[in-house]
Amino acid sequence: MKTFPLGGIHPPQNKLTSAIRIAYLPVPSAVAIHVSQHIGAPATVIVNKDEKVKAGQVIAQSKGFVSSNIHSSVSGKVTKIDSVIDTSGYRQTAVFITVEGDEWMDTIDRSSEIIAEVKLSSEEIIKKCLESGIVGLGGATFPSHVKLSVPAGKKCDVLLINGVECEPFLTSDHRLMLERGEEILIGVSILMKALKVERAMIGIENNKPDAVSHMTKLATAFHGITVHPLKVKYPQGAEKQLIKALINREVPSGKLPIDVNTVVHNVGTAFAVYEAVQKNKPLFERVVTITGKSVTNAGNYIVRIGTPVKDLIAAAGGVPEDTGKIVSGGPMMGKALASTEVPVSKGTSGIILFPAVDSLRKESMPCIRCSKCIQACPMNLEPYLLMALSERDLFERAEKEKITDCMECGSCSYTCPANRPLLDYIRMGKATVIKKARERVSKQ
Amino acid sequence: MANLLNVSPSPHAHGKETTQKLMFGVVLALLPSLFTSIFYFGWGAVIATTVSVASCLLFEYLIQRFIFRKPITITDGSALVTGLLLAFNVPSNLPVFIIVTGAFVSIAVAKMTFGGLGNNPFNPALVGRVFMLISFPVQMTSWPVPKGFATGYIDAVTGATPLAIIKEGLKNGEHLQQLIAQVPTPAQMFLGNMGGSMGEVAAVALLIGFIWLLYKKIITWHIPVSVIGSLLIFTAVLWLVNPEKNASPLFHLLAGGVLLGAIFMATDYVTSPMSPLAMIIYGCGIGILTVIIRVWGAYPEGVSFAILIMNAFVPLMNSYIKPKRFGEEVKNG
Repeated sequence: MKTFPLGGIHPPQNKLTSAIRIAYLPVPSAVAIHVSQHIGAPATVIVNKDEKVKAGQVIAQSKGFVSSNIHSSVSGKVTKIDSVIDTSGYRQTAVFITVEGDEWMDTIDRSSEIIAEVKLSSEEIIKKCLESGIVGLGGATFPSHVKLSVPAGKKCDVLLINGVECEPFLTSDHRLMLERGEEILIGVSILMKALKVERAMIGIENNKPDAVSHMTKLATAFHGITVHPLKVKYPQGAEKQLIKALINREVPSGKLPIDVNTVVHNVGTAFAVYEAVQKNKPLFERVVTITGKSVTNAGNYIVRIGTPVKDLIAAAGGVPEDTGKIVSGGPMMGKALASTEVPVSKGTSGIILFPAVDSLRKESMPCIRCSKCIQACPMNLEPYLLMALSERDLFERAEKEKITDCMECGSCSYTCPANRPLLDYIRMGKATVIKKARERVSKQ
Repeated sequence: MANLLNVSPSPHAHGKETTQKLMFGVVLALLPSLFTSIFYFGWGAVIATTVSVASCLLFEYLIQRFIFRKPITITDGSALVTGLLLAFNVPSNLPVFIIVTGAFVSIAVAKMTFGGLGNNPFNPALVGRVFMLISFPVQMTSWPVPKGFATGYIDAVTGATPLAIIKEGLKNGEHLQQLIAQVPTPAQMFLGNMGGSMGEVAAVALLIGFIWLLYKKIITWHIPVSVIGSLLIFTAVLWLVNPEKNASPLFHLLAGGVLLGAIFMATDYVTSPMSPLAMIIYGCGIGILTVIIRVWGAYPEGVSFAILIMNAFVPLMNSYIKPKRFGEEVKNG
């Protein structure tokens, strides 16, 4: 069975919710939808206070190529346009809407009928993704239409679909594959049509054998789509690692997957693309896993974007007594929330409630140069060195040591026997190096 | 729920590995050798090991308490490992005051002057050993003949190590074949029935420790295999060129401290290189230097010197020999 060769770790899986069917979270009484739920320029708000909106209506228009439309996820009245703290802890502009009923845009096909025939052309599909606000739902939230628009002079010969879900605890992609497998595969063929490729490969880690067999069975009805089980290893869901594992191509440092003639999309994104293209439904809800060892009613829910995290936690039985930390995303790369008022956004794949005992770091000890961080790094960097250089402000050397190749997967910090905050320093060093590089470019 | 949530950057999970667990893993790997050394050298082994470990821990404690004035970390296991390795590198009848002096040099000079755990460029136990060897050459090279608990401590019957017998004999113009007849057979050497430092004699116990270290992923194969491999290849070449003058590779492997050095001393995290390629170069350097010292040098045994010399190259190797990074070469499959 395939996997990526360098580094990687095996954190405990804790997939507590993998057997729990996806349920609909009741529509909340109010939502706060922020305008920057994607990588790139924030969208421009186009609704006013007191305006009535319907679910699926554009409330913020994309600004520039790398940007995305934002839609209302509910019907109701815009109460204010103000700022709200997002998952990363920064204040972002958001549209606040109080819910009245649940009226959707008339153009949306709300029937449960599965439409397999793809009528749109390649260009129309890309335009539809842009209009529908489709972004990468694996967590990075990169606007999908950008990835589908292959630049002149480059070509894509195979589409890779990420069903790896290598983060512990999260099961939203797993459940989606089991319950919406056919829609995902139609979504994949839509993406294939948009990219004009004949071949698509779906990678799924073999800790989800039910998803592997289910998708393999369904895929026989689709031309050019194959399913590949992968050996469990974190961070296999990282784009470069998945490409290496599936087709043994190595994306060069500083380059993109398209430079090795491929494009990667998440299974969740494929499902969103299906809904946008075949059902005319913009991206305004997504599957979110709510889990944790002490959570009484953990599960997988379809949640309207903008729903406060506290509503989701309430549906899961409330915050357990022993909770010390609430994380949006997976335990390896997710962000700790400072408040449960934070709204769910397009990139929220899960909410994990950690008991207090698991939420505190242990004391950092001196580096004993055991080189376990190097062995764990999937990019084969030297985390101990990058930390030391960042600590001492030696950013030029850090740049030479390829600090910008770090994708912040956290394998080094996870592995370090001395509990050193490797990634904290590397993240700071990487941000500084990128900032300095931008300054250099703007000076020229 | 607590009134406030804890907030920190990712990752929010940590593996179970700790410095302490790694160090105690090494201690466990050393236990088979400790048992064989007690089996062969009796009370001497018990006394020397106890004194060495206790004084290493004491010196570390005193320095942290009264000079560093920082939290005491002697429970991290690193001084314990140093103490055990120091004891394993000396004859079992070494006078107590010499052992205490060696422990002082190991901990105070070789480790704490550089800032303590993680900062020392040279292997502390080996610095202590070489200090004792140069300062007390007579006591450090009088090897008790292994007789178990019948071996005396002060008044032990002593004899030369196999390496010294061969070296002295060849210098005096004796024939290698006759000399080989005077040393223990390879099977005896494998089980440890010969004169030598306490911990180095029993190859079988050291190999059990090696398997344990690999199984627990405390060390990787790179350093031990390259030390042993390069030593075997180099001695095999010499042996094939002139079997009259040079002992066989098997003899070189089992006699002296090659296995102890390759498995436990050269692999010391702090003083060995970081990337796999550098580890292999470092290991080969140790193997080759050991043979050079044994065959052409003044001392019959050269593992300690070889490791210390290669320790000096580690910062250089860490700066110039880098792991091959992902995406460094364009590969299309």
